[in-house]
Amino acid sequence: MSSIEVVDLVKSFGPLTAVDHVSFRVEDGEVFGFLGPNGAGKTTTINVLCTLMRPTAGRAKVAGYDVATQRNAVRQSIGLVFQDPSLDDQLTAYENLQFHAHVYNVPGRERAQRIEEVLRVVGLWDRRDAVVRTFSGGMKRRLEIARGILHHPRVLFLDEPTLGLDPQTREHVWEYILEVQRAHHITIFMTTHYMDEAEHCDRIAIIDQGKIVALDTPDALKRMVGVDIVTLQAEDSERAAREIRERHGLEPQRDGTRIRLEVEGGAEFIPKLVRDLGVAVISVDLHRPTLDDVFLKLTGRAIREGEADPLALMRLHGRLWRGGRR
Amino acid sequence: MTTAYAPTAGLPTRSRRASLGANAGGVYIIWYRDLLRYWRDRARLISSFGQPLLFLVVFGSGLTASLGAGLTKELGDVSYVRFIFPGIVAMAVLFTAVFSAISIVWDREFGFLREVLVAPISRAAVALGKALGGSTVAMFQGGILLILAPILGVSLNPLLVLELLGLMFLTAFALTSMGILIAARLQSMEAFQMIMNFLIMPMFFLSGAFFPLRGLPAWMSVVTRLDPVAYGVDPMRRLLLGADLAPGIEIANHHLGTVEDGLILAAFAAVMMVLAVRAFEAQE
Repeated sequence: MSSIEVVDLVKSFGPLTAVDHVSFRVEDGEVFGFLGPNGAGKTTTINVLCTLMRPTAGRAKVAGYDVATQRNAVRQSIGLVFQDPSLDDQLTAYENLQFHAHVYNVPGRERAQRIEEVLRVVGLWDRRDAVVRTFSGGMKRRLEIARGILHHPRVLFLDEPTLGLDPQTREHVWEYILEVQRAHHITIFMTTHYMDEAEHCDRIAIIDQGKIVALDTPDALKRMVGVDIVTLQAEDSERAAREIRERHGLEPQRDGTRIRLEVEGGAEFIPKLVRDLGVAVISVDLHRPTLDDVFLKLTGRAIREGEADPLALMRLHGRLWRGGRR
Repeated sequence: MTTAYAPTAGLPTRSRRASLGANAGGVYIIWYRDLLRYWRDRARLISSFGQPLLFLVVFGSGLTASLGAGLTKELGDVSYVRFIFPGIVAMAVLFTAVFSAISIVWDREFGFLREVLVAPISRAAVALGKALGGSTVAMFQGGILLILAPILGVSLNPLLVLELLGLMFLTAFALTSMGILIAARLQSMEAFQMIMNFLIMPMFFLSGAFFPLRGLPAWMSVVTRLDPVAYGVDPMRRLLLGADLAPGIEIANHHLGTVEDGLILAAFAAVMMVLAVRAFEAQE
């Protein structure tokens, strides 16, 4: 059964078409990624799917419910982690979850037990009575993930869940996300513009200017741009090239002292290559096609990893200096 | 999929009951959150008690000293400080109610509003929870000031206090609902400053908190009758200081009684509430 079903979805803002006839399906239990540069239509798509915006045209179903006509049923079935924090930072972690449990109608007798369970999953049980204002960015994000799964949603939406976090914290947040996914068998729909994060997905849709330009597993997408490239430096490069041609049936390209090989499954090929070679190897380098290469090939532009949306940054700064006046 | 993971899926009757439960839970927790935040914010607790006290002492004593003779003629043997006391209570209710409602703008700014708006509860539940929260807090705030009554020579009894608290709650509910309507449309805290200067302050000044609403210029007479706060100040003054000082707001040669004041407040609250819910529903 599909958790998400989108058919010919359009969302326009006046003359601007943010989402342009998009169709896709996400299966139960899948980790599905929406990848694309800023302004590609990722957040707009999420907002439509989680009923925060009404579609201009087309149809979308989440957990079997129509996002336009069965909004409350959709809302009850999904968890959300937004780009920007949406916690009450004057309440404690526990109180934030209590609030959530009430508005999502978690039965009274299960509340305490579920809150404890999700807080333990994200490693915040010890900090349950601390006011959220004292939390770091990563802790807040973890708390939001815990909150997102508290009402046992079938689909968890993550909109740039690691935006503005440092690399180490990003890694931790991902561990928690995947832990939650395994433990609860939840479908995860996420947007990101970090290439390395997209690698966690079972399947990825690459979106550009409101349209899906490719949709497949990360490996299949990378195969679209070509095979792995192994670059070798050996003491006697002439002999090395000859041996490679004879033993592996490859066509080595000589580039000064370096030998360039196009192979499939480069990582598995390297040990064989080094073992079989009759000359001493100085260095081996493997370049695998990245999702960035895929995007580059499909659109002619790079996504530019790690670059934050200037508007999001402005909001963040505004919030920082206004924080004191609250 | 285990049953625990099936949210409201199932028979329509069951999901209707579930959504009723969620709405009731939503109203309760939004109300509770306001109380919790109010209780936790000690600075606000202290300042909201200090400000009315300042008005009472400085304004009351200052004006008594400079306008003594003229005032005595109008107020009889009631000191000006005593006269404005019910007005100051109303002021505390007004400001607390409006600030509580306006905190929605903060919630929008800080993102928490999204958590509320994507929840599977109706916008009516959100607005009602918020209005009840603001009203309860404002009622507390006005109620605390009653501690000063004995010092001002006003005697209280349990029934009187209960009546006053009821009036405060009703006034606060009307004003919080109005505040929610404004907040639902307000996009920034800067715009709130304008609302404060051009709506809330005039509402306070024209409510009869500082001067009796009698013998005023015709235009002012009309404006004061449109001010909902006036229908809170007058009955409170009547309960605290007697009917001589607050014979009731005069409309078409009829002096309004306390029950009528209450009905006007309730009607105003109902209209504001409906408009506030609509304003919320219009938001994507």
